[in-house]
Amino acid sequence: MDPVGLSGYLTVGAVLFVCGVICMATKRNAVGVLMGVELVLNGANINFVAFSRHTALGLDGQIASLFVIVLAAAEAAVALAIVLNFYNNHLTIDVDRAVELKG
Amino acid sequence: MLLAASSIADMLSTQTTSGWLPVFVAAVVHVALVGAFFGLPAGIFIWAERKISGRIQDRLGPTRVGGRFGWLQSLADGVKLLQKEDLIPAQADAFLFRVSPYIVVVAAFMAFMFLPFSSGLVAVAMDIGLFVALAVLSLEVLGVVLAGYSSGSKWSLFGGMREAAQMVSYEVPLGLTAVIPVVLAGSMNLTDIGNMQAGWASNWFIFHDPFSFLAFFVFFTATLASNKRAPFDLAEAESELVAGFLTEYSGFRWSLFFLAEYAAMFFVSGLATILFLGGWWTGFAPLDNWLASLASSCWQGDYIVRVIGMKVFLTKSAILVCVQIWIRWTLPRLRIDQVMTTCLKYLVPIACFLFIGVVVYPLVLLTVLGRTTLLPGTGPFAEPIGERVPVPVVRQPIETASAVVDGPAAVTTEEH
Amino acid sequence: MENLLFLIYAIAACGGAVGVALSQNVVRMAFWLVISLASVSGLFFMLGADFVGATQLLIYVGGTVVLLIFGVMLTTTGPYLAIKTNPAEMIQASVVGVAFLGVVLSTVTAVDWSGNRATLEHAGLVSRPGSYYQQGEGNTSRQIGTALLGVRFDQMEQGAAASDEAAHGHHHDGHTHADHAHGNHAHGAADHHHETISASPRVGSGYLLPFEIVSVHLLVVLIGASYLARAKRRVEQAA
Repeated sequence: MDPVGLSGYLTVGAVLFVCGVICMATKRNAVGVLMGVELVLNGANINFVAFSRHTALGLDGQIASLFVIVLAAAEAAVALAIVLNFYNNHLTIDVDRAVELKG
Repeated sequence: MLLAASSIADMLSTQTTSGWLPVFVAAVVHVALVGAFFGLPAGIFIWAERKISGRIQDRLGPTRVGGRFGWLQSLADGVKLLQKEDLIPAQADAFLFRVSPYIVVVAAFMAFMFLPFSSGLVAVAMDIGLFVALAVLSLEVLGVVLAGYSSGSKWSLFGGMREAAQMVSYEVPLGLTAVIPVVLAGSMNLTDIGNMQAGWASNWFIFHDPFSFLAFFVFFTATLASNKRAPFDLAEAESELVAGFLTEYSGFRWSLFFLAEYAAMFFVSGLATILFLGGWWTGFAPLDNWLASLASSCWQGDYIVRVIGMKVFLTKSAILVCVQIWIRWTLPRLRIDQVMTTCLKYLVPIACFLFIGVVVYPLVLLTVLGRTTLLPGTGPFAEPIGERVPVPVVRQPIETASAVVDGPAAVTTEEH
Repeated sequence: MENLLFLIYAIAACGGAVGVALSQNVVRMAFWLVISLASVSGLFFMLGADFVGATQLLIYVGGTVVLLIFGVMLTTTGPYLAIKTNPAEMIQASVVGVAFLGVVLSTVTAVDWSGNRATLEHAGLVSRPGSYYQQGEGNTSRQIGTALLGVRFDQMEQGAAASDEAAHGHHHDGHTHADHAHGNHAHGAADHHHETISASPRVGSGYLLPFEIVSVHLLVVLIGASYLARAKRRVEQAA
């Protein structure tokens, strides 16, 4: 059916995941960190859908990825609201400046 | 699936031995056709807009180029725009500035892949055609926002921000009202939705019940806003924002934005035609029946009927585009807060109400009158709900399945 | 053909992801994110998951990313916000990232996926879940919808191989030979090597509970996000 096979998709998923992790680790911009999270979730999503096609996971993988997409959208909305609040307090969205709770 | 030009591909693959050649040829044919449908209406409607706006303002509009009515005005405009210098402001983020017109054009172009022009005349036939089309069309906002941001001008930025807020908000009533024909048809396949409205014009979904009648107008308003057409053209309000996100653009890139806008106008009109106005059916039952019998008689007849259907479809869509133009030159522009109020305080609740109404309406009629249509008659709506809904195509005998899926109405009408 | 398409989408997805990780300007990051996510939706279409791909386009690319860009625009102080990353940090992160990528990729290549699947099927542990992609070419929206309501058309409780050619018909076709089929299955199920009774979709709670939880969650998020975003304004007015 599909000449590409499972491992091609898994590779793409892995690259997306790693890029997302790097992005989360290095970006000091709160919105940048959010984008990293989105990339990580997408890497996982590719794996879900790829497994759903190529293994016995069946339609469950697609449904799981649908839930991931919906929850990612919700998470982005809440996180952006928090970022806006943070900006109102600090006039920046540099996450390293959020040090009030440092003991 | 990706290249659903399978009919051409199958035909060619019987004659050649090469594996990829028929697929390639079919793809090229489809791309050329969709490209023609993407480009030509844009040119025609730009001319129509100038002509109609001229008449509305008691002017003549274009009269010189290409004969008496200025037929070739769009072409002349295009040539002029191509010759202009491609400016990039020093303040701009050059990369994003260059790229964003292409995002807009690609989004508008891709949407045409899912639009059936007649029964079966669609580049990519999907079960979820409506959903994909709306999804792709919603990408247009990205190009506008990036254009506004990357221009490095406050007018552009304001235009882009307004556009983002407006389009994201208006997608809610747009989606909610687009779901109403889906509920009526039991399918998201645009070809199915169109074919379900054959027969008299009373079969059109706009006349199905009072809720869907109102839904058409909500849908039309939301498409006006999501296309940033007047009275919702806040993104390019020239009295406040110079030209909004278009301020810094010139020449070819500017014309790409306009190409996309007019193509999207045509696209949403086509979508409204399929969803509410009977698609490629004439709305005159004897004629439709004759066409259907001709289509099933031989393949030449089938082809002719499809072309006739396409003409009908294009005519209906063109009328809707003319209505859009008419509205633009009639109504004054709203303020941005009025635009958002219209959407969030009025259109969204109205759309929710209409959606619930459409779902409940047949059930109420079934309880009161004993049938799901107001008038006793024939056609798709004389059948009880659930009967129209095609069950999922599965690889199994469907004995218990269909009874579960079709809901109470279907269960009551069938004695097992 | 499919290899070529996969290559295009895969390169675009990975390139977009790398672009997100490397660029300093937030809006450019958003642009690369769009490229990456749109290509991922292309991969979904290739995998026969039309509905997921369209949802990805509509919600992720058309909704979430626009929201992100909106957030950037509302929170910038200068014309082109670029929060610089320390090069040393970047190098550290890249080293760790590449090492991690190596680990993941070696895992991916080390596992014999098709062999594993064959083993599972041979052992009868896999009840062949409907193989949805072979006939529908990715038209999975109805099955996903019914699965969310608890009716699993993709998990027929009998070996699907027996009736591969059947049941392409409509509703009515399904009903005309429904009775015969039912009788046959009642008798023929006993000597079938699966432990199933009749060829019906598995009916249970399915994904109904997660679906409801997600809808309530979305409502909570809607209210919570709007509350969070507007709470500050009141404080400012008071101050």
